[in-house]
Amino acid sequence: MSVNIWIILSAAVLTYLTRAGGHLVLSRFERIHPRVEAGLDAVPAAVLTTLVAPAAASGGPAEIASLVVAAIAALRGGMLTVFLCGGATLIVLRQFFG
Amino acid sequence: MAGQDARSDFWRGVRAGLPVAVSIVPFGILFGALAIDNGFTTFEAVLMSATVYAGASQLVGLQLFGQHVPAWLIVFSIFAVNFRHVLYSAAIGRRLGHWPNWKKAIGFFFLVDPQYAEAEREAGRPGGIGFSWYMGMGLLIYLGWVVEAWIGSIAGRFITDPHALGLDFLLPIYFLGLVMEFRHRPLWLPVVAVSAVVSVVAYHTVGSPWHVTIGALAGILLAAIMPTGRRPQTVLA
Repeated sequence: MSVNIWIILSAAVLTYLTRAGGHLVLSRFERIHPRVEAGLDAVPAAVLTTLVAPAAASGGPAEIASLVVAAIAALRGGMLTVFLCGGATLIVLRQFFG
Repeated sequence: MAGQDARSDFWRGVRAGLPVAVSIVPFGILFGALAIDNGFTTFEAVLMSATVYAGASQLVGLQLFGQHVPAWLIVFSIFAVNFRHVLYSAAIGRRLGHWPNWKKAIGFFFLVDPQYAEAEREAGRPGGIGFSWYMGMGLLIYLGWVVEAWIGSIAGRFITDPHALGLDFLLPIYFLGLVMEFRHRPLWLPVVAVSAVVSVVAYHTVGSPWHVTIGALAGILLAAIMPTGRRPQTVLA
C-alpha cells in the first residue's frame, strides 16, 4: 500500500480515538464534580467560538458584516436561515470590498 | 410500537441533519477537488473522507501533502486539529449513559462538530438522545460527505474562484450559528468572550491549530471556577 493510504488510515484511527477518548477517560469516574460538570456544559460555546474568533478578527468589512447578519438571524430563525443570510451578505459585499 | 418509534426518530434525525448536510456540500466537494490537486487519487480522496471524516483536519492534511513534509507530521497535524473532539466526547458521553457500549462505539465515529452541537440540544428533550435519531442525522451527513469527495475529485475543477463564492468564510458563519444556538446556557456570554479573546491571542502567538484547544480550555475553565449555584451531579451508568 502507498504511503498516502497509511497516512490516511493512521489519521483515521487517531481521529476516532479523540472522539471516543474523552468519554472513556471521564467514564472511569463514578461521579462528576459539579465544577467539571459546569466546565463540560460550557464545551459547545467555548470550542465553537474558537473556530470563529480568529477568522472574524482577521476579516474585512464583508466578513464582519456577514457574521453580524448571521448572529442577528440566529436570534429569530434556524441554522439554514443563519447560513443563507450570512452567506448572501458575504457574497454580495465581497463584490464591493473584495 | 418500538419499531415505529425508532423509524420516526430516525427520520426526525434525518430532518435535523438536512440543513447541516446542505451547508457542508461546498466543503465536501472542495476537499475532493483539492485532494486531486495535491496528488491524491480519487480512491484516496474518498477513503480519507470515509475514514477520517473530519473536514477541517482533512484540508489541513492536504495542505501538508503538497509540501513534502514527513508522514508522521501530517498525521500529527490532523490529530492536533481534531483534538477538540476529546471535549465533545467527554461532554456528550454524559448523555449516552443509556446506550450499550457497541452503540457508543459506533456513535463516536460520527461525532463531528454539527452532530455534537445538535446532540447537545437533543439531550434537553424528554427521553434524551436516541440512537435512531442520532444515526439518522449521522448517516445523512456522513454519506453526503463521502459522495461529495467523489464528486469533487471528478468535477471540482469547475470551482475557479472560491473567494468570490465565499467558500473560505462559510464555515466561520456556520460555526457562529452553532455558537448562537447555545446562548441560553448559563455563563454563555462570558465563556464566549473569554474563548474568543484567548483563541485570537493564541492564534497569533502559539499558532494554529492549538488556538482551538487553548481558547476552548480558557472558556471551560472560566465556567468551572465561576460560582453557578447548586447543580445536580450526573451519575454515570
